[in-house]
Amino acid sequence: MPSPSHHPIDILRFNTCGSVDDGKSTLIGRLLYDSKNLMEDQIEALERSADITGGGQINLANLTDGLRAEREQGITIDVAYRYFATPRRKFIVADTPGHVQYTRNMFTGASTANLSIVLVDARQGVIEQTRRHTYIAAMLGIPHIVIAVNKMDLVDWNEERFLEIRDEIESFIPRLDVLKDVKFIPMSALQGDNVVAPSPKTPWYQGPTLLGHLETVHIASDWNLSAFRFPVQWVNRPNNPTDKSLHDFRGLSGQIAGGIVRVGQSVLAMPGGLQTTIKEIRTFDGPLQEAFCPQSVTLVLADDIDVSRGDTIVGTELLPGLSSELSARLCWMHQRPLQAGRKFFLKHTSQTVQAAVTAIESRINLETFDPQLHPAELALNDIGEIRLRTSKPLVYDGYRANRLTGSFILVEQGTNATVAAGMLAAPTTAYTPDFIEFAI
Amino acid sequence: MNSYHLDHLQYLETEAVHLMREVAAEFERPAILFSGGKDSICLLRLAEKAFRPSDIPMPLLNVDTGHHFPELNEFRDRRARELGGKLIVRKVEDAIAAGIAVPTPGEISRNRLQIPTLLAAAEEFQFDCLIGGARRDEEKARAKERFFSFRDSFGQWDPKNQRPEIWNLYNARINPGEHMRAFPLSNWTEMDVWEYIKREKLEVPSIYFSHRRQCVRRHNQWLPVTDLMPPKEKETVKELVVRVRTIGDIISTGMVESPANNFDDIIAEIAAARVTERGSRADDKSSEAAMEDRKKAGYF
Repeated sequence: MPSPSHHPIDILRFNTCGSVDDGKSTLIGRLLYDSKNLMEDQIEALERSADITGGGQINLANLTDGLRAEREQGITIDVAYRYFATPRRKFIVADTPGHVQYTRNMFTGASTANLSIVLVDARQGVIEQTRRHTYIAAMLGIPHIVIAVNKMDLVDWNEERFLEIRDEIESFIPRLDVLKDVKFIPMSALQGDNVVAPSPKTPWYQGPTLLGHLETVHIASDWNLSAFRFPVQWVNRPNNPTDKSLHDFRGLSGQIAGGIVRVGQSVLAMPGGLQTTIKEIRTFDGPLQEAFCPQSVTLVLADDIDVSRGDTIVGTELLPGLSSELSARLCWMHQRPLQAGRKFFLKHTSQTVQAAVTAIESRINLETFDPQLHPAELALNDIGEIRLRTSKPLVYDGYRANRLTGSFILVEQGTNATVAAGMLAAPTTAYTPDFIEFAI
Repeated sequence: MNSYHLDHLQYLETEAVHLMREVAAEFERPAILFSGGKDSICLLRLAEKAFRPSDIPMPLLNVDTGHHFPELNEFRDRRARELGGKLIVRKVEDAIAAGIAVPTPGEISRNRLQIPTLLAAAEEFQFDCLIGGARRDEEKARAKERFFSFRDSFGQWDPKNQRPEIWNLYNARINPGEHMRAFPLSNWTEMDVWEYIKREKLEVPSIYFSHRRQCVRRHNQWLPVTDLMPPKEKETVKELVVRVRTIGDIISTGMVESPANNFDDIIAEIAAARVTERGSRADDKSSEAAMEDRKKAGYF
């Protein structure tokens, strides 16, 4: 039997965010249900819980609210991942909670997303959560945003109300980081209007349904293919290989974090700065002539130079920054507030270094988007600008240029809690290797 | 679409290989959980992709409940040998004899007893990270799992207090006595697993393919007749053409009536399936929070 038309060409990752009761879980349940991605036993389990708790009505939110406390309290505590496919695409969905205290989970769900859906309750309109979530999505550099104006049935499908909300959001978008693509869709997740099937109740709306948009939105490579970056994860050196040709084998294994690499290409091993060329690009499936972000490969260099985990192999054009004095935007994720002077472990690409927060420059007011200068501290869920000093210089790019080489996390020493996510500002000067000086 | 593009399986593969290398680099004594089931078969291929031409730098670990399908154990041992990997097997029976695992009187299932056996094995070998083949699409408590899932010194999972996981920056730091579970297949679906097995031409245990087997109807499922589970009085034994969709213990794994005897047929069957994979496992049906409770206690 030939395999059915079940070969999605690519993966779209999206997350949903909104306030409590905006209907996020219901929306995901609706997407799965109407696109026929729910199975009989899942529907059966829903019906079983409907009899007990829901007075007979199926609660689509129970599909994603997987933890007991969530079902009891009717809230989403942690990021839940869902998977579904249509003949056009495969989808990875992160359902991220709306509670203020769980905003850190939005970072978890959204940091890898191609697209974010921000839910707005048509009755409530734009609230602090809407502004916060849109701000974070823009800051994380998520390429596509959908503003889902939900519960339109409860405002009688009033176009005026929809336009009012759209205008309000459009009025603050210019104050955010660059948002290239924002779409507004009026819908009712509970009743299914404009989620999978177009709604007869919105003759005034000409745009796509949500699923139609998800299936067709152009996700031309999110990956940076311009500047080659290869953080070394693991040095590949066989012990006592039976194959004699491997006696002196020394490969550098890792995932390409930016750009394209070719055999014979000139590269620099950073932070040391030694120049060499790519001798081989190895994979389990055989050698490659070139490889690109985000492929995982093993590089063999022409010269036997000292390179280990945490070092970065880079192309000789578009060089990264190299510094231990850094500026970054930070989302603080821990109960105990951040004060300047504290020390942490900082994980950036494949290395962990020590870092001290030397100054808190500002704290963003997410109501007004205005910075408050030199605050005493950053509290849980605060976003602000900081300065850092690291124990070793980082080989990095600005987050805008490369999400993988421009991001870091802070880990508290002792508890090992992940306490912050950071986005590095672009380097003020690029690294200048010695060989360029020689050329001059 | 340019040529610098990964299809969905290549994307999932590079994500998983990255994770495996992080484990190898960040932990001193990691191990891969290998049962011989389809998900852990993918894990071993990913380990080859991550570490060759070197040896896979960690042993393989399996908890044998004593209720395994014999075909599964035969395959497990052979595959480990082929890879040149070190296979460690710890048995629930031995854990019971040693008083590490204590069955409730009358308890037939060994499912719960795997937990103390696994935790004891982790302690015996001082494993600081166990790589498992769990997928988020399997079950809704698993849907909340991180790639790197922290376990306290009792092996417990605290779903309300998980570490945020941002970009691909995994916080692998633990204190002595604590350990990590790592799940490279987090984002894979049942369909992805079979498509990958097909693409990579991987061998799987014969019971995934259609075969004839004596079964009895119990709890709305076809269960295999074995010495461990003889037919009860008044039960009729039927010989059916069946296969397994997911492998649990032989006493609780429902057999699916199916003629599928190659990968294409299996993939077509999954595409048309109207129940989830775990719909055929009695252990997950006991309550809405069955998996959550077992995971909190240290289960996979």
